[in-house]
Amino acid sequence: MSENDDKKTEPKGMIGRFLAAPADSVHKTLIVAVSLCLLASMIVSAAAVALRPLQEVNALKDKQVNILQVAGIYDPEIDVLEAFSAFDARILDLETGQYTAEFDVAAFDDRAAADDPATSKALDDDPAGIGRQGRYVTVYLLNDAAGNLDKVILPLHGYGLWSTLYGFIALEENGNDIFGLQFYEHAETPGLGAEVDNPRWKSLWNGKKLADENGDLQISVSKSAPAAGADYHIDALAGATLTTAGVNNLVRFWMGETGYEAFLSNLKAGNI
Amino acid sequence: MAQKRREMLIDPLVDNNPITLQVLGICSALAVTSSLQVALVMAVAVTFVTAFSSMFISMIRSQIPGSIRIIVQMVIIASLVILVDQLLKAYAFEISKTLSVFVGLIITNCIVMGRAEAFAMQNSPIDSFIDGVGNGLGYGLILLLVGVIRELFGSGSLLGFTILETVNNGGWYVPNGLLLLPPSAFFIIGLIIWAFRAWKKDQVEAREYKIQTVEAH
Repeated sequence: MSENDDKKTEPKGMIGRFLAAPADSVHKTLIVAVSLCLLASMIVSAAAVALRPLQEVNALKDKQVNILQVAGIYDPEIDVLEAFSAFDARILDLETGQYTAEFDVAAFDDRAAADDPATSKALDDDPAGIGRQGRYVTVYLLNDAAGNLDKVILPLHGYGLWSTLYGFIALEENGNDIFGLQFYEHAETPGLGAEVDNPRWKSLWNGKKLADENGDLQISVSKSAPAAGADYHIDALAGATLTTAGVNNLVRFWMGETGYEAFLSNLKAGNI
Repeated sequence: MAQKRREMLIDPLVDNNPITLQVLGICSALAVTSSLQVALVMAVAVTFVTAFSSMFISMIRSQIPGSIRIIVQMVIIASLVILVDQLLKAYAFEISKTLSVFVGLIITNCIVMGRAEAFAMQNSPIDSFIDGVGNGLGYGLILLLVGVIRELFGSGSLLGFTILETVNNGGWYVPNGLLLLPPSAFFIIGLIIWAFRAWKKDQVEAREYKIQTVEAH
């Protein structure tokens, strides 16, 4: 319509008369506002709807890549979906520490379930800063070639300095030795808190233990090694005191009795 | 005409740079320059939004009622920004994760609004488009300059490739942590403005007042 704006021609039809009308009249102001809003909302919603499948695939793939990475079997050459089929996904009931078949694994959404009052509880004592904790979480089991349980991948999340960090911890089949820890979503300061993604720092987790011989949770992330010894200690991130404290709190929260303790003791005792 | 359009494209790079001369868009320049890759994507996104929003606004400029023109501009800009955000999430998921809220904040970038109000409302769609591209590039140029300095000396890398091996990774370089925090961008942009104005004397603003000396009686 712009091409004709500057030409002085006789207004033709409804549209022509409308375009020729002074821009500041009341009815034109209303019509321009309404039609522009309609047009803009149609374009925006069309884009959102058309691109949603791609976006969901991306988000899912990103999560799967992270699960593969934390389990140490990620290979960029191999298709993510194919590699991911090595995992056995289960829904875990945190209260009983047993798997449940109540939900469909493929359709279960951990975050939605953690917001739903029916499947979650509000936390009074909330060191991880997550507000509500879901009763059910999706865990991933990795079997070795002989079909025996090799690793369990458990989701965990908690608040750092700026953001909630979402990640996975991979434990060996004994439920006490850490294989790795990885965050797949956070917004910590690049170069400081975001060094949780630094491969060197992540490698520190490998081989650490959660609890000592008495079954007391000893794992910690701090500047100086605690009395429990180096097996239970991960060095803090330099210059990221609050992110480090957040990681320490969330790992201790999820690995303690507030989190996976019931499951891990079942795993150790072999009744799962 | 061709000469004029060339100027429209080149002028905002140095002579009429939106960040160093007009001092617009500083907020996002602080937020997204801690790594070069993010700065690069942000520069492309802002250039895209400025160019197309200016073009669309210019197309309907004679039909925009003066009383609601800012809102009309905002609607067009916001729609384009949402479009960019959705496209990034679909086709460049990794980058959209690092840019996170900053894409949405392009809406409030003064450069986009500034060009719409100051240029696109009076000029033809093609000129407005070129003006938008020029200003986006001018913004991008400063973003990249700041991004190179901050990533190189703050993380010892460029575009994620290690240039200076940092102590954290077993190398020799002790990174400057301040450069990773937003205030450092203030210092760098300040130094760039100083350098530009030392080079191009006509960019120095006239003093708003003069300190008067009291004559001794």
